[in-house]
Amino acid sequence: MNLVQFLKYFLADFRKQKKRAALTVAAIVWGTMSILLLLAFGEGLKTQLDRNQRGMGENIMVIWGGQSSVPYQGLPRGRRVRFLPEDLDLIKQSIPEVAEVGAEYSRWGIDLVYGRKVLSEHVCGEYPSYQQIRAHNPLNGGRYINKTDMDTKRRVLFLGHKLAKRLFGEEDPVGKTVQLSGMPFTVIGVSTDKQQMGMYGGPDVDKGSIPATTFSAIFGNKYLSNLVIMPQSDQLNKLVEQRLYHVLGSKYKFDPADEQALSIWDTIEGRQEMMKMMIGMQIFMGIIGAMTLLIAGVGVANIMYVVIKERTKEIGIKMALGAKPRLIHNTFLLEALIICFSGGAIGIYVSQLLCDLLTLIPRDTESTMSWLGNPTISMPIGLITVSILGVIGIISGYFPARKAAGLNPAETLRYE
Amino acid sequence: MNANGNGNIIELHRVWKVYDTGKIKVEALRGVDLKVRKGEFLTLVGPSGSGKSTMMNIIGCLDVPSEGQYIFGNETVNKLTLNRLAEIRNQHIGFVFQNFNLLPYLSALENVELPMVFCGVGTSERRRRATDVLTRVGLGDRLHHKPTELSGGQMQRVAIARALVNNPDLILADEPTGNLDTASGLEIVDLFEELWKAGHTIMIITHDPKLPMRSERVLHMRDGLLENGNGAH
Repeated sequence: MNLVQFLKYFLADFRKQKKRAALTVAAIVWGTMSILLLLAFGEGLKTQLDRNQRGMGENIMVIWGGQSSVPYQGLPRGRRVRFLPEDLDLIKQSIPEVAEVGAEYSRWGIDLVYGRKVLSEHVCGEYPSYQQIRAHNPLNGGRYINKTDMDTKRRVLFLGHKLAKRLFGEEDPVGKTVQLSGMPFTVIGVSTDKQQMGMYGGPDVDKGSIPATTFSAIFGNKYLSNLVIMPQSDQLNKLVEQRLYHVLGSKYKFDPADEQALSIWDTIEGRQEMMKMMIGMQIFMGIIGAMTLLIAGVGVANIMYVVIKERTKEIGIKMALGAKPRLIHNTFLLEALIICFSGGAIGIYVSQLLCDLLTLIPRDTESTMSWLGNPTISMPIGLITVSILGVIGIISGYFPARKAAGLNPAETLRYE
Repeated sequence: MNANGNGNIIELHRVWKVYDTGKIKVEALRGVDLKVRKGEFLTLVGPSGSGKSTMMNIIGCLDVPSEGQYIFGNETVNKLTLNRLAEIRNQHIGFVFQNFNLLPYLSALENVELPMVFCGVGTSERRRRATDVLTRVGLGDRLHHKPTELSGGQMQRVAIARALVNNPDLILADEPTGNLDTASGLEIVDLFEELWKAGHTIMIITHDPKLPMRSERVLHMRDGLLENGNGAH
């Protein structure tokens, strides 16, 4: 029996029992949507969190100076470790696995005045490498601190997105003059609005940045607040850490094995842990979704048994006319598969529609919706769902179909 | 399927059929012997419970004997696989039932095409052959009617057409006039006679007295045994 024939008989049956068939398919639609939306949500969340994590910078390690906890080379313990500007070059030259290095000075309570607005804010003195390693990306029409600014100790100011809004409102800050601690600074750029998961000293969007050399000249800081290092690849973080202890330990005379001498925040390691957790969560949600779909599959099997019971006489007639058991078997198996796949198709379509609609909801960066990301039905998710549907179709159809094919025509014709 | 070496299309040797459900054991056939030549027109009569339906099931290859031998044409049915039995039913046997057993959601034409669907005949040939045979039984103008749109007599004629469509060697009918009024019943009996004269082998199980009168040979069944199975052969 070819496919067209089969579909014809299938549709004839379907028409006879519209409500029942519709309910069965609806259960599959529901199950499909459950698994798809759960997985899509997880995927969206994973992507968004990953993006948020990079808000502070991608693959970076933040280094603070600590205190030595063991005596070393004749020197006592309890010595503070603090960094100097020359350390940046030292690190870059001594450790080839380092791709980029940056550092900052940090102060709070700095006066910023523009027109009538007087604010007391967090200002940092930063190195040009911060644009890359700390994701201080300027909006169009502006720029970040560069080497010339550093060399000439220019009085230029780069504003965090939210700080710029507070100071300038809707006005474009670039090119304007701001009084910083009583001194005129020119605004050279405003940062993009970014979501930041992981921060020290407050979110970047609330900060102002000036060249590190300028900062040091104005405020007199000798020591840097912290270093930021970006390794060549995210496999090298542990190695870089080791080398740092050696290089800095050699300079500042602390034992390289003395862990407390430096305080390191390895975002690479953090990200890897986070990914594991996210994948674990996705698997968990996938299992829940799959279980919902499985229940729908049980519904399909149930219906198939009922259908076969109702069509027992018809099966007997067909067998009497020469239909082979395999044909009867395949007919019902195919029917179960069609129910599953049509329900699945509807479920996939509606789920995709919902995901697209959710993306259209406007949201600002602070809201929860924004943090949760956009539910995304990726190709692997789609494939997983379709495979599960196929398996459920086969299993829910197989046993009823086997029963149908095993009917004895002589008995079924006596069934009335 | 040709008749075997003896010219018989059906041979039953000491056939038993026992239904054993564990609690009850029913001996439907208790050692039946029968020989049927090609081209015979037989009726099988007997009271309820005599085993007539079981006879039809065994002869029609819907079921296999518990004991004894059934030779249909050249083949010993006992040993055949389910698939082979299905093939035999499809190609060599035409069934006609008391309650017609047409598929209600198919038209007359589609019902008649069904046996051809199971042996893979192509669409246009199916259509042609089904149309031919329906016309032969006088329903050329009712091809696309559904069973609900046909009278009892017409439905039975569709069933007979369906039984004929694969050119079977044997037509087996179980109470074909049972659900019909007298007039329609007579038409059906006429039709069977016509088919017999055209060379078909026909075996009918019935209570209807009209049929044994028209048939060539009448078998009596009682308590699982045939009274004159071997006939004059």
